[in-house]
Amino acid sequence: MSLNAHRRADLALGGITGGAAFIILLVLALIAWDVLSNGLSQLSWEFISAAPREGMTEGGIFPAIFGTVALVLLMTVAVVPVGVITAVYLYEYARQDGLFARLIRGAVYNLAGVPSIVFGLFGLGFFIQFIGGRMDAFWYPGEVVWGQPAILWASLTLAVLTLPVVIVATEEALRTVPREHREAALALGSTRFEALVRIILPQALPGILTGAILAVARGAGETAPILFTGAAYFLPYLPTHPNDQFMNLGYHVYVLATQSPDIEATKPILYGTVLVLLLVTALLNVAAMVLRSRLRAA
Amino acid sequence: MDELPPDAGRDVTRTGRITADPARLEARRVRRRRMDLLAKAVITVIAFVAIAAVALIFLFVAREALPLVFGQFRDEVTLGSMILPQAWREGAGAIFSWQPVSTVPKYSLAPLVVGTLKVTVIALVFAVPLAVGAAVFSAEFASRRTREIIKPAIEMLAGVPSVVLGFFALIVLASLLQNLFGFTYRLNGIVAGIALGLALIPVVYTVSEDALIAVPRSYREASLALGASRARTAWSVIVPAAAPGIFAAVVLGFGRAMGETMIVLMASGNAAVLSLDPTSSVRTIPATIAAEMGEVVVGGAHWSVLFLLGTLLFLVTLTFNTLGARYVARMRRKMGERS
Repeated sequence: MSLNAHRRADLALGGITGGAAFIILLVLALIAWDVLSNGLSQLSWEFISAAPREGMTEGGIFPAIFGTVALVLLMTVAVVPVGVITAVYLYEYARQDGLFARLIRGAVYNLAGVPSIVFGLFGLGFFIQFIGGRMDAFWYPGEVVWGQPAILWASLTLAVLTLPVVIVATEEALRTVPREHREAALALGSTRFEALVRIILPQALPGILTGAILAVARGAGETAPILFTGAAYFLPYLPTHPNDQFMNLGYHVYVLATQSPDIEATKPILYGTVLVLLLVTALLNVAAMVLRSRLRAA
Repeated sequence: MDELPPDAGRDVTRTGRITADPARLEARRVRRRRMDLLAKAVITVIAFVAIAAVALIFLFVAREALPLVFGQFRDEVTLGSMILPQAWREGAGAIFSWQPVSTVPKYSLAPLVVGTLKVTVIALVFAVPLAVGAAVFSAEFASRRTREIIKPAIEMLAGVPSVVLGFFALIVLASLLQNLFGFTYRLNGIVAGIALGLALIPVVYTVSEDALIAVPRSYREASLALGASRARTAWSVIVPAAAPGIFAAVVLGFGRAMGETMIVLMASGNAAVLSLDPTSSVRTIPATIAAEMGEVVVGGAHWSVLFLLGTLLFLVTLTFNTLGARYVARMRRKMGERS
């Protein structure tokens, strides 16, 4: 083959594959542009601080923002300790090729692949019907207090969904702590637990934080798992009790987009809500990305 | 030995002093050891949560489907009537029909299964060439700087909530495609498939790119040294070597596509018609669960059918994910051995 033919072949394949990459970036830019150009004019202090009015065609989305934040906070409280401890077990305690460790790794991998709607069914069948139902039978016979959709059940469902995110990120963080630090701590007479708490975890903290942020970003964007575990389209009050229902940004987008009697009238609010949701998840993802790349560089 | 600080014997490791009462020191050592053992036990028990979660998800989703399997709703629905075509009226032909909310509820799975597969295939046809192409580009042709733009950008796409992709498909893409191609139904299999494809691109891209990068440098160098062009090297050496990894990416994408809910729920039109026409409105299994679970009687036949669909979905995606993982592992082993 002559050099010219070489160059032509390189240009052709490079051009085709580069075109594919370009199309993907173009679509991403199109989505960003569409949401920004239609949503930006909606953003105002009133929009993020007021409740909806006039059948969701006016006012703001504060209850949805509040509900989303409360939801992911509860989720974080549940998922971070369990996720971090599981990763600590896998990396610091388990025999790497041991049966139990292999089982846990398999479970974490599969958990990450379970469809989000199945988590919703699980939340309904396990948390609401089973746990909530038992709690009612025990404490409030004849009443329905816990055996119904609620922010607590939705956040626990999301905690199960985001567990793999925290475990994977924490394990990665533990891997960056030099072995010598563990050995030095043990050689100085500390127990394994003391070495873990005083030496290893403080160093892994940025990585653990990355995992928590990623989990929050994921949890804030999920809609399917909360459809029937606690999200409500409209509530006149804010959730203040764990068995309250809640409004949610993702669910708000879904309902506004699909069940509005007059889509043109709700469109401005819809775009504003999408923009807020996209900004929240994108900022969280970027924060995690930056934190992680700093970690790698250090 | 005459002046001991007040915290002696309590904080030995921190201050390095070991001049306290031996009895207290011994007690302290026992306490620290107990704490260590207790911590290990607690950590081991909590590590079990991940395994328990997967088991409980299967058990509690399948549990609600059991009454159906054991024929508790025999008058309304059986496994047979879900699979085989049914004649719903005297003298009418046997058909597959999904109409759970009607005077005679009809629970044929065929329209949902075909709908799910149809949207999944359209999504893969759209996403795989783009994602694998982009992966080949960023692994083989792109400069370092270009790659550092493409990779995070596609990872950002993975962070876009699926409800936002569904919204985009519903409000923007559907009108755009209808104007371009004049679809009879504004929301249809193609709109949902393309939107779903957008959600698959990051998965397929990331796994494919990892596979391409994992091909040992010696392959590339040998091919270039033999006088092959970069394109020839990529096409005839690198891509074939990474083929199991790229195949794994497609399999993982397939599993992801089957289970995706919000995008198809919003963009597919949701009519449960049995048809292979990609421009007709479709209803998938996850969208059916999402749309109907809100209005069913707890513990009734319809409830049970929806949980059965969930169990099916769980098992199918589990199979595809396991297959995908196996190919990724095989790829790693292969590359590890030869490099």
